Amino acid sequence: MRIHCPYCGTRGVEEFTYLGDATVRRPDPDAPEAAWVDYVYLRDNPAGPHPEYWYHAAGCHGWLVVVRDTRTHEIFSVRTASGGAEA
Amino acid sequence: MSSDRYSFLSVLREALRGQTGWKPAWRKADPQESYDVVIVGGGGHGLATAYYLARRYGIRRVAVVEKSWLGNGNIGRNTTIVRSNYLLAGNVPFYECSMKLWEGLEQDINYNAMVSQRGVLNLFHNDGQRNAYTRRGNAMRLHGVDAQLLDAAAVRRKLPFLDFDNARFPIQGGLLQQRGGTVRHDAVAWGYARAADRLGVDIIENCEVTGMRITDGRVEGVETTRGFIGAKKVGLACAGNSSRVAALAGLRLPIESHVLQAFVTEGLKPFIDCVVTFGAGHFYISQSDKGGLVFGGDIDGYNSYAQRGNMPVVEDVCEGGMALMPRIGRVRMLRQWGGLMDMSMDGSPIIDRTPVDQLYLNAGWCYGGFKATPASGLCFAHLLARDEPHPVATAYRLDRFARGAVIDEKGMGAQPNLH
Ligand SMILES: Cc1cc2nc3c(=O)[nH]c(=O)nc-3n(C[C@H](O)[C@H](O)[C@H](O)COP(=O)(O)OP(=O)(O)OC[C@H]3O[C@@H](n4cnc5c(N)ncnc54)[C@H](O)[C@@H]3O)c2cc1C
Ligand SMILES: [Zn+2]
Repeated sequence: MRIHCPYCGTRGVEEFTYLGDATVRRPDPDAPEAAWVDYVYLRDNPAGPHPEYWYHAAGCHGWLVVVRDTRTHEIFSVRTASGGAEA
Repeated sequence: MSSDRYSFLSVLREALRGQTGWKPAWRKADPQESYDVVIVGGGGHGLATAYYLARRYGIRRVAVVEKSWLGNGNIGRNTTIVRSNYLLAGNVPFYECSMKLWEGLEQDINYNAMVSQRGVLNLFHNDGQRNAYTRRGNAMRLHGVDAQLLDAAAVRRKLPFLDFDNARFPIQGGLLQQRGGTVRHDAVAWGYARAADRLGVDIIENCEVTGMRITDGRVEGVETTRGFIGAKKVGLACAGNSSRVAALAGLRLPIESHVLQAFVTEGLKPFIDCVVTFGAGHFYISQSDKGGLVFGGDIDGYNSYAQRGNMPVVEDVCEGGMALMPRIGRVRMLRQWGGLMDMSMDGSPIIDRTPVDQLYLNAGWCYGGFKATPASGLCFAHLLARDEPHPVATAYRLDRFARGAVIDEKGMGAQPNLH
């Protein structure tokens, strides 16, 4: 698997570190406990396109949001997590 | 005694009859209209559950519904290691229960599963690791589980060819559980399937569950590619696909699916007589009875439903192997494959009711559910039959995450790829 970093170009997956589901959002500090349980522990874990965080540890040190098919490893899009550059 | 019992006499009789009298190990059952219990997933855990339901709890109107053929899931893809060398109180009694069931399994189900208590040796390479393993060994012994701390000389007598004086990772000793070892993985599926079938359980292969019929918060059966099957109770034992199947009932689980790879080399003369794990990298190895070296390492580390992995992990595992036992460097790799792990948020499993009435969940086995197969089946059967957790599985509750009662052996937090 190779990931196309907007800054560094196409690089092997061994250069990146995986964090996980990029759709989860930290709830409001005084949101009910259930919202926090959901945020910390529960995941959709889809078989198909999955937006996920990758960190380019051996490259630009940027956090990326990669949309990848979890059944085939096909990558549909890559952008920086801050929303700037798109590959 | 039924005539199709496997024994020395039956082998002799069939030898004289030209092997014409053997029956298929299990019937190819067609789905009936309804059952008392439908188990989704014909892996080790689903089949063991069905067997213990029929055998120990007297519930025989049971179906196991499997989307593929029996043994295509992780039960036929794992590296066959069994052990009960856990640290935490929620885990040790459960895995020790499993170990005891392994010890009597073949007599119980009348099937040769090649249970081999050849020992599991976890190596350590520095003082910190020695302390951690000492503590683990003590925790095991306090629970009545066997554990032995070996020094470097004792390990050297056992496995003289390891790279003891490696400059970075010298081997200082290891924690040995002699009762651990290996079990022929697919024979476990076949053996439980045969034993359950003989007790009247229907094993329905090539039948995928595609939906759940739920009325007023209560499950009434499953929609499948072979039609609707009614059930008083439904038990999910879908390993790497747990999230997908639970989603059919509107549930979200504290689980991510990840891929784990395994490797087998060409056959060699016997030289590794136990399971060995490298303490300074991701590598473990044993030698199968055919002579092939069976080894593996870490999960690939990202969500995956592809039953295949990526090259960097192959490289990492092989590097670990070379660091530990350089002599395997010239051995050729024959096969390599991947399986889907249901990695839970604390690295421990779930055997519990769900918010849907009469729907039960068995999931979150991560990369270590093979050793759990007998106890998982027993405890899940207990829960399905009695509606209360088995005494050795009381910690495996689904609500433990919300309660903060996680069972995190490695202390990694809610990050599935680190467990
Ligand atoms: C490479 C590798 C090495 C491993 N090594 C070890 C080891 O050494 N020791 C150890 O203890 N554990 C090991 N494991 C983990 C162990 O194999 C699993 O935790 C365990 O097998 C999971 O339980 P199971 O046998 O029931 O799973 P499976 O055999 O995967 O059973 C689940 C079944 O559910 C079926 N299913 C899924 N969705 C549906 C549906 N919609 N309808 C019907 N059926 C469905 C699947 O087809 C599958 O057959 C390893 C795993 C892998 C992949
Ligand atoms: Zn980069």
